[in-house]
Amino acid sequence: MNTNPKNGAVRIGFYICHCGHNIAGMVDCAAVALHIAKLPGVAVSRDYKYMCSDPGQELIQQDIREHQLNRVVVASCSPLLHEHTFRKAVAAGGLNPFYFQMVNIREHDSWVHTDRAEATAKAKSLSHAAVCRVRFHRALETTRVPINPDVLVVGGGIAGIHAALTVANSGKKVFLVERDPSIGGHMAQFDKTFPTLDCAACILTPKMSAVRSHENITLWTYSEVVKVEGYVGNYKVTVRRKPRYVNEELCAGCLECITACVFKEGKFPDEFNVGLSKRKPVYIPFAQAVPPVVVIDPERCLQVRTGKCKKTCIEACADRHAIDFSQKEERVEVQVGNIIVATGFKLFDAKRIPQYGYGHFPNVVTAIELERLVNSSGPTAGEIVLRDGRQPKSVGVILCVGSRDLKTNRWCSRTCCMHSMKLAQLVREHTGADVTVFYMDIRAPGKGYEEFYDKSLKEGIQFVRGRVAEVTDWAMAPEEEGKLVIRVEDTLAGFVRRIPLDMIVLAAGMEPQADSQEVRRMFNMSCGTEGWFLEKHPKLAPVSTFTDGVFIAGCCQGPKDIPDSVAQAGAAAAEAMALVDKGYIEQEPNTAYIVEADCSGCKSCLPLCPYTAILFDDAKQKARINGALCKGCGTCVASCPSGSIRQNLFEDEEIFSEIEGVLAYV
Amino acid sequence: MMRIERTIKYEGDRVRGFGKEIMSVPGCEQLVSCIQCGTCSGTCPLSIYMDFSPRQVMALTRADFKKEVLRSHTVWLCASCYACTTECPRQIRITDIMYALKQRAIQDGIYPKRFPIPVLAKEFYEMVRRQGRITEMLLVIRLFLKTDWLAALGSWRLGIGVMRTGRFDLRPEHIERRAELAGMLDGAGNGDAKPRETA
Amino acid sequence: MKYSYFPGCSLKGLGRSYEESLLPVMRHLGMELAELNDWNCCGATAYMSVDEGKAAVLAARNLAIAEKAGPEDLMTPCSACYLVLNKTKHNIADYPEINATVQRALGSAHLAYRGSVKVRHPLDMLVHDVGLDVVKEKVVRPLKGLKVAPYYGCQVVRPYATFDDAWNPTTMDRLLATLGAEVVPYPLKTKCCGGSLTGTVPEAGLRLTYILLKEAVRRGADVIATVCPLCQFNLDAYHDQISRRWGPTRIATVYFTQLMGLAFGLPPEQLGLKRNFIPMKPLQAQPTAA
Repeated sequence: MNTNPKNGAVRIGFYICHCGHNIAGMVDCAAVALHIAKLPGVAVSRDYKYMCSDPGQELIQQDIREHQLNRVVVASCSPLLHEHTFRKAVAAGGLNPFYFQMVNIREHDSWVHTDRAEATAKAKSLSHAAVCRVRFHRALETTRVPINPDVLVVGGGIAGIHAALTVANSGKKVFLVERDPSIGGHMAQFDKTFPTLDCAACILTPKMSAVRSHENITLWTYSEVVKVEGYVGNYKVTVRRKPRYVNEELCAGCLECITACVFKEGKFPDEFNVGLSKRKPVYIPFAQAVPPVVVIDPERCLQVRTGKCKKTCIEACADRHAIDFSQKEERVEVQVGNIIVATGFKLFDAKRIPQYGYGHFPNVVTAIELERLVNSSGPTAGEIVLRDGRQPKSVGVILCVGSRDLKTNRWCSRTCCMHSMKLAQLVREHTGADVTVFYMDIRAPGKGYEEFYDKSLKEGIQFVRGRVAEVTDWAMAPEEEGKLVIRVEDTLAGFVRRIPLDMIVLAAGMEPQADSQEVRRMFNMSCGTEGWFLEKHPKLAPVSTFTDGVFIAGCCQGPKDIPDSVAQAGAAAAEAMALVDKGYIEQEPNTAYIVEADCSGCKSCLPLCPYTAILFDDAKQKARINGALCKGCGTCVASCPSGSIRQNLFEDEEIFSEIEGVLAYV
Repeated sequence: MMRIERTIKYEGDRVRGFGKEIMSVPGCEQLVSCIQCGTCSGTCPLSIYMDFSPRQVMALTRADFKKEVLRSHTVWLCASCYACTTECPRQIRITDIMYALKQRAIQDGIYPKRFPIPVLAKEFYEMVRRQGRITEMLLVIRLFLKTDWLAALGSWRLGIGVMRTGRFDLRPEHIERRAELAGMLDGAGNGDAKPRETA
Repeated sequence: MKYSYFPGCSLKGLGRSYEESLLPVMRHLGMELAELNDWNCCGATAYMSVDEGKAAVLAARNLAIAEKAGPEDLMTPCSACYLVLNKTKHNIADYPEINATVQRALGSAHLAYRGSVKVRHPLDMLVHDVGLDVVKEKVVRPLKGLKVAPYYGCQVVRPYATFDDAWNPTTMDRLLATLGAEVVPYPLKTKCCGGSLTGTVPEAGLRLTYILLKEAVRRGADVIATVCPLCQFNLDAYHDQISRRWGPTRIATVYFTQLMGLAFGLPPEQLGLKRNFIPMKPLQAQPTAA
């Protein structure tokens, strides 16, 4: 049939792309073009080497003019790649871009076949289907949906902080939401950072201060995102603000309330010092916390739990009245256009490897625990000591704890080689102890990192290439009494060694956060097989996700060091800013619409719409779709009992004719 | 007098396909992923007695150095304690690879004459094939006779102890359907793989 | 509770005191054991060293007989048999070529194996099927003051850690504590005793045994409790050779079932205790009421 009952005779231009060898290597393109040429309504049928190239696109435009084409079909790669390109070419030729249909004969055909005959037959079948379908296409217009210029950043570690500052500096408003009472993340816990041995707090705190004082940043700490609705440019986010029982505006950060607390000493594990010291129920996470406001732990504070306390804290804060036990959890809604998720990582629990004795032998510690010991504002004021207070004379660092191991996590955690060497250097500097690093490989790829490795060697740190099998406390020689003994094959030297040590440091790896599945569902993202948030493309789109308007940055996308986290944060900010600056999103016109005459007013479609795009007109007793909100998911279309809901670009006749086209070959 | 030896391996020293052959034995496929971390040697209680450590044997096997692997003591010193298999971060079944190598050594007859361990395996194999069960004392005696009967005399105290504690038994244990079992065994595996003895 | 029972060659030979103590203890707890009819040697490490196909067939014959006999659970006290039977089960399930070899060979003897047998260890059954509460009720003579080092050895926890942790198993520890004994923390509880190398390459094998004995003595244990006949023999029979080579260590090694028998008040003669090379020190005199 060569007419469309709706708009007259169709003249179809069919183009099949060789895509170099990608398609032509398996599909006989010339044969397909010849076959399609014979179909009714096809005015032009060509095969060409690279349709997406300039000459290829020119060809389409030329043919539209010269042959009065009113439909175009291109059989080539995935629409995700070039549907946009070809639609633009069609539009440049003077035809409405939605008279175009694309066929995927690369990913769906050439790349999944090994038999030329079969591949060519499938290409013919798919192309025929498209040619049948395109007859029924109608002219459509894209709509522009405005983008809310505000940006939400989730997570206040170095990545979140950098992303927030970058966006805010461009004049846009940012909401920075952080779950812990202070921003700073893991970086705030570090002592010095590799490879420069910069003090982490010294380089981080200025950025933290900048966040606090920035006119464009609204900082909500001790808060969590609990619901995300909407879509790119128009997100409605619900944030749960947990009660500190301290008024942020009034607290001056003098810490008198902590001194006055009825608990005379700290009794509860201090999270910032990873349990190496104790804190009271009222506490400030660390000295440079932002905001510099005290927080009261509801699970430990007597007043909050029992209502019976002398409340000496309130007495101490008599002149400011900052403590307020009547505070309640608040739910706040914000409207933003883009979201940057920078929720970071969790540390591997070294107890899962009982062979290393963590949790069993007191002098086996993790790298982060050693960071806190080394740090002058840590639990031992920078003294590196064993549990009994003595200084260690010999320290061993075990790499790849939990990483590169099929029994635990198969990935490499990327930073441990470097931070272990850094800790080795710091331990040697502070104590003069013998330090040995036990490794499988030393990974030092960044700028200045190889030099850092050499510095470690020059400072007399020993390196033994061998993965440690176990840490024991039973002695086989007199020098081993009372020490922890590592038995390892020194693979380079070629023999098994037993090495007695005072202290053992485990370079525990990075893992996705415990709630990463809940979080990714909330933001409509995916996780990869290893549990990290999934980027749109591992090389070309590392900070975008498959959901427009949601970006990821930092370790939540995969293990990385500070330079790379900051780089990704900047990249995510740029992507968000690009959308905001453009000001609008071109919405694909594959929206659903209701044929009013056929609507029976049953209302069964209303609760189904995930974007709440369907409204009910009480006066007319008919449902109506808001085209601006509709994302074309098709749920209402499929569910409507009377068939009165249709979808642009997926009309019944379009779909049925496509099926007929494919079945013609069965 | 210093003994100078020249050791260099040429491509001709490799037996192409040996690594693949071992990796095609059920359970041994993962050897291809070995990153030579040394955990196996580190945890193996016998590695300190071996000429090539378990890790080295894995590397040599994968690189097709068949003669070097089968001539080493390593496979025979493996006590099958499975510590290596449990600890390996690539989940390589090292113990099973050791078994596969033992089988190849016996098949090709590459092990020292009178070396007790393969002799023990052979005697064990024969006794079970004939009787269906092992009578430990008989097996031990046969082993000593075939390897080092002087050492057997040296263990007289142990013999007395076994007799004193009532564990000594020379009556051969056997099953009823011996022919049935022998038939089943002969029809399976690599024919009647009688281990040969060579120097 | 009814179980099939696979003793293995050693429990009829050098390890007979294991069977001698196991059977009355199980009876005392109301567990019925039916020895597999015409069972054959499992092959231990020797058959796997010679030919894998034959090794699978040899072990599978027992599985086939067990499947035909009825009870799903096959109690296998010897660690080597436990490992070999479990390994064969897994190999038959995971590798079609082994399955084919096995079914063909079994078929020639009019046997078949469909994969339903559960190979289980007595420790597993005692702790999980019978329950430590029931065991505690039967204790009439708590092993007070007896310091026991629980030694599992390797093959009962590796590589198939089905009923207990491979690195730090605790079923026997808990069982011994239920019997009233003081369980000594013993970091070498799963280290290899040397296996068959104690006889063939003594300088290597015996030294592993020596290390176990030395540490048990150092930790203050009075006796080592084992689950495996070869471990028991190695730890018990070579003291003079070990003393000559490396230094004296003297500590008795018994089967955990023997300790159970003593705690249950069963007559010591019935438990095979006189078969030990190194006699266990007598238990503290105490009233027989629980």
